[in-house]
Amino acid sequence: MDSNKQYNILRPMRYWWLYFLISLTVIIPGIYSLLQFGLKPGIDFTGGSIIVWDLIASEDDLKSYAQESNIIIRDIDSQGTIWTITTDPVSKIDYQTFKSKFPETQELTFDTVGPALGAELLQKTLSAIILASTLILLYIAYRFRSIKFGVSAILAMLHDSLVLLGIFSILGYYFGVEVDTLFVTALLTILSFSVHDTIVVYDRIRELKKKHGYLDFEEIVNRAVVETMGRSINNSLTIIFMLLAMYLLGGETTKWFIFALLVGTISGTYSSTFTAAPLLILWDYLAKKKNKQ
Amino acid sequence: MKLRRNIFFIVLLTAISLIIDAPKNYPINFAIFGQDISFKISSPGISLGNFERSLNIKQGLDLQGGTEVTLEADMSNLAEEDRLDALDSAKEIITRRVDLYGVAEPSVKTVISQDSYRILVALPGVEDPAEALELIGQTASLDFRELPEATDSATYADFKITELTGKDLQKATVGFSTQNGSPEINLQFTPEGGKKFADITARNINKPLAIFLDEFPLTTPIVQQQISDGQAVISGEYTVDEAKNLVITLNAGALPVPIEIIRQQNIAPTLGAQSVASSIQAGAVGLLLVALFMILNYGWLGFIAVIGLIIYGLLTLAIYKLIPITITLPGLAGFILSIGMAVDSNILVFERMKEEIRKGNDWHRSMELGFGRAWDSIKDANIATLITTFVLFNPFDWNFLNSSGLVRGFALTLFLGIVIALFTGMFVTRNLLRALTSSHRSDTTGIKERTNLNGLK
Repeated sequence: MDSNKQYNILRPMRYWWLYFLISLTVIIPGIYSLLQFGLKPGIDFTGGSIIVWDLIASEDDLKSYAQESNIIIRDIDSQGTIWTITTDPVSKIDYQTFKSKFPETQELTFDTVGPALGAELLQKTLSAIILASTLILLYIAYRFRSIKFGVSAILAMLHDSLVLLGIFSILGYYFGVEVDTLFVTALLTILSFSVHDTIVVYDRIRELKKKHGYLDFEEIVNRAVVETMGRSINNSLTIIFMLLAMYLLGGETTKWFIFALLVGTISGTYSSTFTAAPLLILWDYLAKKKNKQ
Repeated sequence: MKLRRNIFFIVLLTAISLIIDAPKNYPINFAIFGQDISFKISSPGISLGNFERSLNIKQGLDLQGGTEVTLEADMSNLAEEDRLDALDSAKEIITRRVDLYGVAEPSVKTVISQDSYRILVALPGVEDPAEALELIGQTASLDFRELPEATDSATYADFKITELTGKDLQKATVGFSTQNGSPEINLQFTPEGGKKFADITARNINKPLAIFLDEFPLTTPIVQQQISDGQAVISGEYTVDEAKNLVITLNAGALPVPIEIIRQQNIAPTLGAQSVASSIQAGAVGLLLVALFMILNYGWLGFIAVIGLIIYGLLTLAIYKLIPITITLPGLAGFILSIGMAVDSNILVFERMKEEIRKGNDWHRSMELGFGRAWDSIKDANIATLITTFVLFNPFDWNFLNSSGLVRGFALTLFLGIVIALFTGMFVTRNLLRALTSSHRSDTTGIKERTNLNGLK
């Protein structure tokens, strides 16, 4: 059958090193930025206040009146008449004093987080990631009767989180993009999406192994990857369509949340084919080498 | 026969969803054959025993506007065993104050996490929250008041404050009368409070003694005799629940806890409305793109998938209204994202079908094989996502995980999205396809040709 010929030509796994290289060109700058600058934590993590006002005023006025009201400004930003002021945690009374200086102001949001809450969120996020990863690892190891699949899927998942964290670290440094509770939600969603996609590829490997047990493992992975590629790309495209529409048309509040999901979807699609699958081959190769010795 | 039953079920389900989804009092006016037609669409309310739904979409604070406050109760001055009671009391007090303030559908919840005792207050639709907060943040004040002159026409305003206050009350508990077993309220005073109470009861025998909380009367028992041991019993025609409630409010005075605001969020209603409008617009555009993509890519198969997707949307909305789910901005994002993911099972099946056709199977067989073989990976992949929604939603309120409303809203909508998408992707589209092919069985060659056009080898 001519489809066999097609597999002979398409052996994407021969270039596994290239895929790792591509991943590294994104991940290494990201890790560098993470180590050097870290992430820019939002008030959800650090504690603080965000004041959003619709008001015609000058920045100097806002700054001097804030100082008068004992408010320590961290950041001030305006888009037209919409002012976003980030400050150290503001007490109710100080806020009222500050607001009374601008009688014509229209309050859009006022959000205050105590510093204790921030540390708690960080710890809870870590717990959630560890718990979700462990459960997924156990599930995959159980379904595929092999720790190899479980660990490789988790590594691909880690790949995607590193890509996302790295990109947001760079965005934070250059564009002041902050990470908040929503970012954490996006991160966890991406973890599940990444695994979702990886499982589809792994499932095909399992099926082909059952049917063509005589074939070389690399050959099986090659076939599985080629066969699932169309689905992988098509599915990601539908998600990307939805996310792009939301990114371009949706509100300001969820803009970076959607962006995080977008980055994660692209990375997750890439990693399921080009990280999770070659990792299996590498694992297989190393295991065989060890057995020979 | 089975197929016919399934199709009937799908049509029925869609029709019910449509009725539930219908907006409230939506006027329709148009003219046909020169006749003006004008009526109002209205989704009905549901009332079945205890199950009552008004079938309105509940909007979260971030969409509706309003204030959300997280308060932390300072328990450092209280004994470990009293802390839970004190938190319940503080919550009760805040609920009463919020009710007084007259907010529609407020919510007051307690959250205990490690050593912190918190109360979450949501006040939807409050435009100027400063005043409401002023009221909520106060520590409860309880006092006992006596009537200087006993008259028949005495009102609560005639009661005068005594020296006995909530500080003198050690604790209130529910007890049961040794005589007839009916619920009563036991008051335990501090040693100093016991002395004050003895004085007050001595001069008020056969007169009422009112207990006021935050300037509002709670109960007005009549003093029977002087009580000098610091232990009082209020008996009356209480039900167990009434007695419990009274004890909780009394304890708010007895175990006053200073309350501090640790998080506050005010959102202007206009901002929320704007977010809703732009999200709906984004969802519509995204949906259109996905539909177009599916039809261009998979031909009439894609068209069936789009019908499945529309049924998916209708079902989801109906379930949102039935549960009911409070829609927040991340929740809305979760829903829109799930539309993108909903077609995933369709794509997996269709790709599989293409493969089976390529192997030389006839169209009908390819379809059945496609659904059958794709199921394994669809199942495994979705279980992995469900695991994550479980961790995000944190249904058992584990201390070490997040329990913020925003994250939960997102997890819940994503969870429902996956489950409903599995239903529409596997059951609905499969039966629709079966129904269509059973009447066009002879048309298989035409279908093959069409799939060939879609770039298959």
